[in-house]
Amino acid sequence: MVLTEKYKLVKQLARKFAENEIPQELQDEIEATGELPIEFRNKIAKSGLLGMKVPKKLDGQGADTLAYILAIEEIARVSMVASIYISGANSLGSGPLLLAGTDEQLEKYLAPIARGEKYPAFGLTEPGAGSDAGGLQTTAVQDGDYWILNGRKCFITAAPYSDYCMIFAKTDRSKGSRGITTFIVDMNLPGVSLGKPEHKMGIIGVPTSDVILEDVRVHDSDRLGEINKGFSNAMKTLDYGRLGVSAQSLGVGQAALDEAIKYSKERKQFGQRIADFQALRFMIADMATELYAARELVYNAAVLKDANDPTASMQCSMAKYFSSEMCNHLAYKAVQIHGGYGYIKDYKVERLYRDARVNSIFEGTSQIQQIVIANNLLK
Amino acid sequence: MKIVVCAKQVPDTNEVKIDPVKGTLIRDGVPSILNPDDANALEAALSVKDVTPGTTVSVVSMGPPQATSMLKECIAMGADDAYLLSARAFGGADTCATSTTIAAGITKVGDVDLIFAGRQAIDGDTAQVGPQVAQRLGLPFVTYVQKVRELKQGSVIVERQLEDGYEVIEVPTPCVLTAVKELNTPRYMSVGRIYYACDEAEITVWNEADVGLDPADCGLNASPTKVMRSFTPEPKGKGEMLTGTVPEMANAVVEKLRAKFVIK
Repeated sequence: MVLTEKYKLVKQLARKFAENEIPQELQDEIEATGELPIEFRNKIAKSGLLGMKVPKKLDGQGADTLAYILAIEEIARVSMVASIYISGANSLGSGPLLLAGTDEQLEKYLAPIARGEKYPAFGLTEPGAGSDAGGLQTTAVQDGDYWILNGRKCFITAAPYSDYCMIFAKTDRSKGSRGITTFIVDMNLPGVSLGKPEHKMGIIGVPTSDVILEDVRVHDSDRLGEINKGFSNAMKTLDYGRLGVSAQSLGVGQAALDEAIKYSKERKQFGQRIADFQALRFMIADMATELYAARELVYNAAVLKDANDPTASMQCSMAKYFSSEMCNHLAYKAVQIHGGYGYIKDYKVERLYRDARVNSIFEGTSQIQQIVIANNLLK
Repeated sequence: MKIVVCAKQVPDTNEVKIDPVKGTLIRDGVPSILNPDDANALEAALSVKDVTPGTTVSVVSMGPPQATSMLKECIAMGADDAYLLSARAFGGADTCATSTTIAAGITKVGDVDLIFAGRQAIDGDTAQVGPQVAQRLGLPFVTYVQKVRELKQGSVIVERQLEDGYEVIEVPTPCVLTAVKELNTPRYMSVGRIYYACDEAEITVWNEADVGLDPADCGLNASPTKVMRSFTPEPKGKGEMLTGTVPEMANAVVEKLRAKFVIK
């Protein structure tokens, strides 16, 4: 896609931010401690990157999806975890608010996210229900002006960093996915607690944990959208989320290609650069071609999504499916090109390989994307 | 308060390659950026704006039409407006002609209280345009500003960087201050400002007539500098590394300096 000047500047801004603010030492620190240092999170907050798609009148940046995708890609090229922290606020956290929030809710909850003062989480997944959202066990029962929430959400990205969580709960247990309502739950409310952060394979630095709700009283003014209409809200949010993961896949894929090219030009074996062996040249050519194809697919899906194209949802799934598989192929090949060194933590490709793995899993596995695509085609 | 920042679009490299036949800079394929010292100048102006309500920051540049993209970047960082002096007549300018043009642009902006410029551009490295602009405008100037200590009514107190320290200078305003990189850390653009810069803001383009200049005073016509020859200097040979204990190495240095008659 030929980018106009505006999008080139967004890319330039994100690249500069990532290269200046996330140096190798910080990446190593994040990996070692499992945390994004608060100073770093403050820098992100101040940059406005947490509210890219929030309208300017709510203190956001008023950008469209393509700009958002470009920024996430550039950040992920340097640090997948930093990009997840940013996409978490932009897509999953803000998405339900942007789609269904009342003016008061937008002012109260969305504007502080855009200003970087508050951070949101997205609470859909449960131990027994993720993509099968109809099977949610968390319940919300009305009690006067309040709703009483009970249940356990799991794998909640950045839950320990979050000030509030968009909780999807069953308000009508007889109705499957049409009995789900969304609530904005303040993490400081009595009855809200967090599980221990999970020990993950990769994306270390954005803690993922359970959110446990025990008789949590949520005021009706914090109900997001209509009663029993939460499912479509969640699905629409996931379209954006899937584009975010697609962008992360592009960034990780690009980083894998960058590292592979760099190393194959440095490393000498049998008296020549390994870049001069045809087997490696073909690998590099394949990697670049796959990455390019994925990039076009993702950017196009972003434009279609903003244009409300009827095929956008399917295109988002295609983009997510193809790009997340792509970045896994590329990370695999980048490690392969590094040989034994690629298996050692001192080399960036080792982390890329672990970070890439989640992309074909979270926000709907590749198989779920295939189902979405097929359902669209075989209605 | 009205502040003008002088900025230049430059090739993104400290090692500009030179065409060995023509003796000119090879710009093809080299991305263009906002000159780094000018980013410090802009940041200095924006910091004043941050704390002084009613301040406007205007960026003035001379260059080909594509320099508008650099000016959009300046607006995306927070500048209020931008002016590009761009015309055939301005082509081939040395620093002397450039400063005439820039000064005419600043005069056209009018009623300026403070002018910030970068110390020098990474392509030409002359550090002449800032002071020359001050000269043309009849204003005082301070070069190598590493800190703005205090902005007062009618004057500004700055630190001027020296090789082994700095001097403190109070200079009456309006004046020209040229920034070194130690002055500050330029802010990032914001996504929202990028949208504003590209979708809403207008870059004003002026030619020689717009700023009241005679073509004879512009560009190549008014450039006394004649480049005899451009060449890429041979890279310096590797230094010799001495090894051994400190006294051994010290003796070796003394021996070598004696052999070269640097010391007796």
